[in-house]
Amino acid sequence: MDRGLHVLLLSAASLAAALVAPSARAQDAVGQGAATPQVVEPQVKRRDVHPAAIDTENFEAGLFVGTISIEDFGASVSYGGRIAYHFTEDVFAEATIGTAEAGRTSYEDLSGSADLLTDSERQFSHYDLSIGWNALPGEVFFGGKRAMPSAVYLTLGAGSTRFAGDDHFTVAIGAGFRLLATDWLAVHLDARDLAFDSDLLGKSKLTHNLQFTLAVTAFF
Amino acid sequence: MTRGLPIAALLVGALLPAAVQASSDPERVVVQDAYLELRSGPGRGYPVFHVVDRGADVALLRRRTDWIKVRDAGGQEGWVNRSQLEQTLAPDGSAVTLPAPTPEDRTGHRWEIGLVTGDLDGASVVSVSGAYALTPTLQLRGDVSHLLGNFSTGWLGTVGIAHVFMPQWRVSPFVGIGGGALHVEPKTTLVEPEDRTDTAAYAGVGLRGYLTNRFLLQAEYRQFVVFTSRDDNEEIDEWTVGFTYFF
Repeated sequence: MDRGLHVLLLSAASLAAALVAPSARAQDAVGQGAATPQVVEPQVKRRDVHPAAIDTENFEAGLFVGTISIEDFGASVSYGGRIAYHFTEDVFAEATIGTAEAGRTSYEDLSGSADLLTDSERQFSHYDLSIGWNALPGEVFFGGKRAMPSAVYLTLGAGSTRFAGDDHFTVAIGAGFRLLATDWLAVHLDARDLAFDSDLLGKSKLTHNLQFTLAVTAFF
Repeated sequence: MTRGLPIAALLVGALLPAAVQASSDPERVVVQDAYLELRSGPGRGYPVFHVVDRGADVALLRRRTDWIKVRDAGGQEGWVNRSQLEQTLAPDGSAVTLPAPTPEDRTGHRWEIGLVTGDLDGASVVSVSGAYALTPTLQLRGDVSHLLGNFSTGWLGTVGIAHVFMPQWRVSPFVGIGGGALHVEPKTTLVEPEDRTDTAAYAGVGLRGYLTNRFLLQAEYRQFVVFTSRDDNEEIDEWTVGFTYFF
């Protein structure tokens, strides 16, 4: 019983000591801090910051020429322009416009009957807005000393084609190869499929119009 | 459409000299990172072919997305990621920054542009949209849409306001109202083609989410009331999805 009481008193005393000691020390520290002057005087100096004077070139614009195979109407020369904006190193948006003059169908040539389309209806004009992805960045080597950065990219977009007097909703799927000849000048080789529904020959069908072009573009 | 070609040619012609003249007097900075990795092209997929040490000074030549072309004292030129140049100082000791988009820009930007596609009452829609932020939550919006249906084609132009509920969130809902004009041309293969232009008003709801700090995916539903010259007004639905980028 006696021993138990001692243990209890001892533990109570040690607990009290443990609780009081830190706060006493804290009070000492506060007392000292108030009495002595600050050792380190903060030297607040405004840091001079300015944005780098640098030319940002995320736009790319240029012209293309190539060939387009208009379904049922043969292959024709296709030309136009494109403008792109590079969001990141991987993703860009692209607007393309182009035009071609459609040829004659085999039916028109062989049957000897009246032409299906007038000259103005043979004008094949299209535009599309696409999102592109630089899938394969790389380098192209010319000889042992020269190398140019390149990229293989995929594009997917939607637009419109005016052909045979009507506008058709067009899905544009493409793949291309971009070679940076200099820092700001690029050469593109593109293969695109302009797909749209056409009911020109009586029955509605999905037509695929394959376009192969060579483009020269400038970054700015 | 062919009218656009000379314009594009003019645009390119006007811009080429600007591109050539660029970087005539490049800014020089002192490297503060341990080293800079110079790549052969503006992207992480191009190989590192040269390294510039801390303390060396480099000239900033041009920037493409997050990559900066630099030239070191020895004349080596290569592309460096923006993150390695964040700590650079000008020769006089002042800090040089290369601004990049941050999540804070979600509420701080002004202009947005978007490429949109979808469906308006059975017709396919291709549109370009633009927005100007009056406040972080209130936007002035404009859209120009090309409508391409099986029986008719047309144009729709609208102007409206949109309220973005939580612009600081990664995904935020929004609502909008506006009005505009709808022009419809029946296809030439139909018997009695009659063009018509009507005014229209819409109310819409949508959801926008950030894919990157500056790139959004935006989906929207709008209900249009077309004020026709006939007895009945026409109600049509539009569903769209598009990519939006802000400046």
